[in-house]
Amino acid sequence: MNLHAVRAIYLFELHRTWRTLFQSIASPVISTSLYLVVFGAAIGPRLAEVGGVPYGAYIVPGLILLAVLTESVSNASFGIYLPRFTGTIYEVLSAPVSVAEVLLGYVGAAATKSLMLGLVILATARLFVPFSIAHPVEMLGFLMLISVSFCLLGFLLGIWADGFERLQVVPMLVLTPLTFLGGTFYSLDMLPPVWRTVSLFNPIAYLVDGFRWTFYGVAVIDVRVSLAITLALLAACLTAIVVIFRTGHRLRA
Amino acid sequence: MDSPPPILSITGLTKTYASGQTALAGVDLSIRRGEIFALLGPNGAGKTTLIGAVCGLVRPSAGRIVADGHDVERDFRAARSRIGLVPQELATDMFETVWATVNFSRGLFGRRADSGHVERVLRELSLWEKKDAVISSLSGGMKRRVLIAKALAHEPTILFLDEPTAGVDVELRRDMWAMVRRLRGQGVTIILTTHYIEEAEEMADRIGIINRGRLVLVEEKEALMARFGRTRLSINLKAPLVALPPGWGDVELSADGTTLSVVQAGAGAGEPDIAALFRRVAAAGLEIAGVTTTRSSLEDIFVELVGTPAEDLP
Ligand SMILES: Nc1ncnc2c1ncn2[C@@H]1O[C@H](COP(=O)(O)OP(=O)(O)OP(=O)(O)O)[C@@H](O)[C@H]1O
Ligand SMILES: [Mg+2]
Repeated sequence: MNLHAVRAIYLFELHRTWRTLFQSIASPVISTSLYLVVFGAAIGPRLAEVGGVPYGAYIVPGLILLAVLTESVSNASFGIYLPRFTGTIYEVLSAPVSVAEVLLGYVGAAATKSLMLGLVILATARLFVPFSIAHPVEMLGFLMLISVSFCLLGFLLGIWADGFERLQVVPMLVLTPLTFLGGTFYSLDMLPPVWRTVSLFNPIAYLVDGFRWTFYGVAVIDVRVSLAITLALLAACLTAIVVIFRTGHRLRA
Repeated sequence: MDSPPPILSITGLTKTYASGQTALAGVDLSIRRGEIFALLGPNGAGKTTLIGAVCGLVRPSAGRIVADGHDVERDFRAARSRIGLVPQELATDMFETVWATVNFSRGLFGRRADSGHVERVLRELSLWEKKDAVISSLSGGMKRRVLIAKALAHEPTILFLDEPTAGVDVELRRDMWAMVRRLRGQGVTIILTTHYIEEAEEMADRIGIINRGRLVLVEEKEALMARFGRTRLSINLKAPLVALPPGWGDVELSADGTTLSVVQAGAGAGEPDIAALFRRVAAAGLEIAGVTTTRSSLEDIFVELVGTPAEDLP
């Protein structure tokens, strides 16, 4: 194991984050705060409780995920796309590093940042709406798994993309809608049966439901199923990346 | 005679890109430990592809590469940790400092942090004063030095320089030559590609000429010069000559009749035609106005070699 390399990539990536701190932490925090002001503090008190949870608190887990998913994908994809674009990737490709080490460095750094972002948003949300966390250990575990999975997905996107637009399209046109429709602002139980069934094809619905369970202990789907889906997502991304590196696809000529 | 094992051995290396372009068509090459090897060839000859295959940037279609005893595919960690690469394209991080990026390279190649070594490398490349500068603020020549520093950060024993002096001013080029010699003094094997033939002539121990994906020739520089080098003697006459005296068939007479010249192949073996010409000119009672000799450069040799179809070459 080339630990020096893992460390070098990890620190390099964190340093890049530090440089773009405002863009990558402050802006999702601000937009999440806006949601909480509007839906949580202003409209929320007029709405009924969902599953025994006040509406403002109910939407917090989904909002955290909304920010974590989009930031994970866009940050991790940018992290690997940028060196491809500028050509500095030659150095990583010619270095004595394995796929595992490259992933630990790049995805590890991106996931660290996502986790930090999630926790910052969590703390910020507490300023707007009162809530408590029923299963804090599971909450952290879910947040980590989800961060890593979506950073892997972002990494894949960064390898696949051949233009900056594609990097933005996926978070904007795919993740945000899926997160909204995945029950961030409502419970799947509130939907007509047909739409509820359709929603179950959206993997993010499981993540939101499982993550919310760690907060309030209420879930529409069995939390073990949500966990299994999260793990499956992680495994799928990992497999795809290993295959890409093995074949050298898009990285080596 | 027992020759020591090569530090780099390439056998049957072939590369056909996805586009169908065959960039390397069966290259065999052995690089000796500690030498400076210059790879010359026209644009698109396959120089960068060859280097890419050794360094892991290009997947060979066929062939085997062994670097310092390690197969570059099966044993890529050991092989790559010994190799440093300065790419042809200037690709650098923009927002990092020189110090950070060079230390990053060292770690990436699996070496423990060693600020003493990094400092030495930066000083040798006259980059020490710029160590805290952000790379985007450096000039092109400085950026190239940064790339060299990055390639040397992990103390490689084999260094590839892909056109290190392209777009570099004369002074920096001299500096770079001096640096390459110093590195060789430290036991580093250097393989460089260049379009500047004087560079190969000045620096290389051996020269390889590649054209259309094939190594046309690999030879000691001295031997190459001796084999293909020519010396041309031209004698300017005070009075023009109407025709060559009988039996002077090996001598050329210029159209205006004032210049006699002979071309001597190789480097000074046998009875020089040049001395013979002087005797004949004196015997014929011709008065000499001036004499010039020109030695053909590697450039002439190069043009001669790649100008002819590969199959006609020696
Ligand atoms: N990634 C690639 N995909 C397809 N073809 C390529 C690729 N890289 C190089 N080639 C082709 O392979 C051939 C050899 O290219 P290469 O870059 O190795 O030449 P070179 O000798 O380094 O040339 P130069 O002196 O211009 O740098 C060229 O015909 C080139 O167009
Ligand atoms: Mg080239």
